[in-house]
Amino acid sequence: MSRSRTPIVQAEEEAPMPATRESGLELVAAPRPATTLPRYARRRAVDAFARWIIAAIAFTAIAAVALIFLFVAKEALPVFTSPEVHEEVTVERMVLPQAWKEGAAPSFSWQPVSKVPKYSLAPLVAGTFKVTLIALLFAVPLAVMAALFSAEFAPPRVRETLKPAIELLAGVPSVVLGFFALMVLATFFQDTFGLTFRLNALVAGVGLGLTIIPVVYTVSEDALIAVPRSYREAALALGASRARTAWSVVLPAATPGVFAAIVLGFGRAMGETMIVLMASGNAAILSADPMVSVRTIPATIAAEMGEVVVGGAHWSVLFFLGSLLFLVTLVFNGLGGWYVGRLRKKVGGTA
Amino acid sequence: MRLTRLTPHERANIAFGGFTASAALVIMAVLAFIVWDVLSQGLPRLSWEFVSAAPRDGMTAGGIFPAIFGTVLLVLIMTAAVIPVGVITAIFLFEYAKPDSLFARAVRSAVYNLAGVPSIVFGLFGVGFFIQFVGGNLDRLFSDGQVIWGQPAILWAALTLAVLTLPVVIVATEEALRTVPREHREAALALGSTRFEALWKVVLPQAVPGILTGAILAVARGAGETAPILFTGAAYFLPHLPTSGHDQFMHLGYHVYVLATQSPDIEATKPILYGTVLVLLLVTVILNLLAIGLRNRLRKQRA
Repeated sequence: MSRSRTPIVQAEEEAPMPATRESGLELVAAPRPATTLPRYARRRAVDAFARWIIAAIAFTAIAAVALIFLFVAKEALPVFTSPEVHEEVTVERMVLPQAWKEGAAPSFSWQPVSKVPKYSLAPLVAGTFKVTLIALLFAVPLAVMAALFSAEFAPPRVRETLKPAIELLAGVPSVVLGFFALMVLATFFQDTFGLTFRLNALVAGVGLGLTIIPVVYTVSEDALIAVPRSYREAALALGASRARTAWSVVLPAATPGVFAAIVLGFGRAMGETMIVLMASGNAAILSADPMVSVRTIPATIAAEMGEVVVGGAHWSVLFFLGSLLFLVTLVFNGLGGWYVGRLRKKVGGTA
Repeated sequence: MRLTRLTPHERANIAFGGFTASAALVIMAVLAFIVWDVLSQGLPRLSWEFVSAAPRDGMTAGGIFPAIFGTVLLVLIMTAAVIPVGVITAIFLFEYAKPDSLFARAVRSAVYNLAGVPSIVFGLFGVGFFIQFVGGNLDRLFSDGQVIWGQPAILWAALTLAVLTLPVVIVATEEALRTVPREHREAALALGSTRFEALWKVVLPQAVPGILTGAILAVARGAGETAPILFTGAAYFLPHLPTSGHDQFMHLGYHVYVLATQSPDIEATKPILYGTVLVLLLVTVILNLLAIGLRNRLRKQRA
């Protein structure tokens, strides 16, 4: 700290009376010690000031989460309250199937910029789940088996290369993975399976899987390593092979942790934007077929946000989707994190 | 031949161990393939002109200098904002707060939840809070309704990214503080220093390498994130470099996104596209390797 006169220090020196000091700054009130350390009062003041500032700045993290929710939800509020927005869209029209033309059968449709704006959420929600599910089906077996390998079979040297390499995969920007899915994976899948749509849920899902492999791997590996040694020793002593021990004893014992890993991966996959935006084809089609194009909630926000009227119905709906995404990922991360936290405590307890 | 002499146990171990190893191998192979594909197609494109010139002829020739410049500037502003706040929050959590106090637990859970918020929601937050609320009010107060700050700008994009990378810095700094032996703090306090002096002169200098790791990780993350800046300040093409906080900017990730998805002639832009991806990948991979290496060395030192 500089030695210049900060206001607090000045107050200190101008009013050396113990009584006034006590009423002024709480932590300066300590009695002067018998040993006279140089500039003791000033140093105490700096210390108290620093403590206060540090606690105040630590509040930023809480403020950030609160502000994110407040300001995203604030822009979404007109969906529920504004009569102007209600002329275009209501919650009912977003959720229930609508007859968009006179006499037409009710259907779900997302076409916010057509003559009659259509805001059915069903295709987007279904699309998000479809892509996320494909990502999990692709990533979870790979990541969990790789975690089992590194926890049970890999020699230390191999393990020490595998871990950073998978961390590196986590460091690859999602726009690069999206680019890879778009340029390479899409062509590869089209050539192998003879698909009609080059960009589809399968391509996006596999690309998305690449982003969640690191999370699932890391958390699963922690869970597998946390299984007590005695379990393994007991199984081996009973005559089981290492393979049998890994599959029938260690993996089942680590199930809660692996489950937490999957939940965290799910939350991550659901909110991922760039890969899906680039490789899914972005057509809001309500279908269970993984080979057709699909549009997810994050991709919808990313694609449409740039062209909406500030404060209009479409704008509010996009923020509404954002709030939805925020809350759902919060729940999934909370669940996963709770499990992981419990796991860590257990490991800490037995170690 | 040898296989027949193995016991059933050994055969099972080799089979299942091999099966799990192949899963690990597939992941490695995909990573290697991505790097190889980008390297082999992007490397021929890399030249001094490519990294030092502006794009020409409708993005089919020239370089990507404005995108590199924009990304670097963006990340610098972000770092300036996130490092002090992140480091101080970690100091609070590790050095000052009682671990089970309500406030400390609230901060901790906020940091955890912040790390899980989807990046596109950060983009919406940037629009709703920084551009509409902060920028809009700045304009109303100081520029008579003229729109200066209430529009997408590099400052808002950088601050949005700062909020996004806050957990990275906090987690890394906390780990760094944990490596400083408790005895050092006790020795400083026993010699009569205040708590802040012990922190400032004894603990923090030792934690600098760890904090640096966090900073590098944050920079790598910030340089690669594209979704949050889509509508908080990135532009596809600008004739001028950004010179002030309320200018828009070009960005490597956004450049990749637009070139890959909105180019009318993908074959003509493909070389530039691969070159840009290579630069972005190099920057993030090198930074990540640096951080991982630094952290592993620190961990070994401690053990």
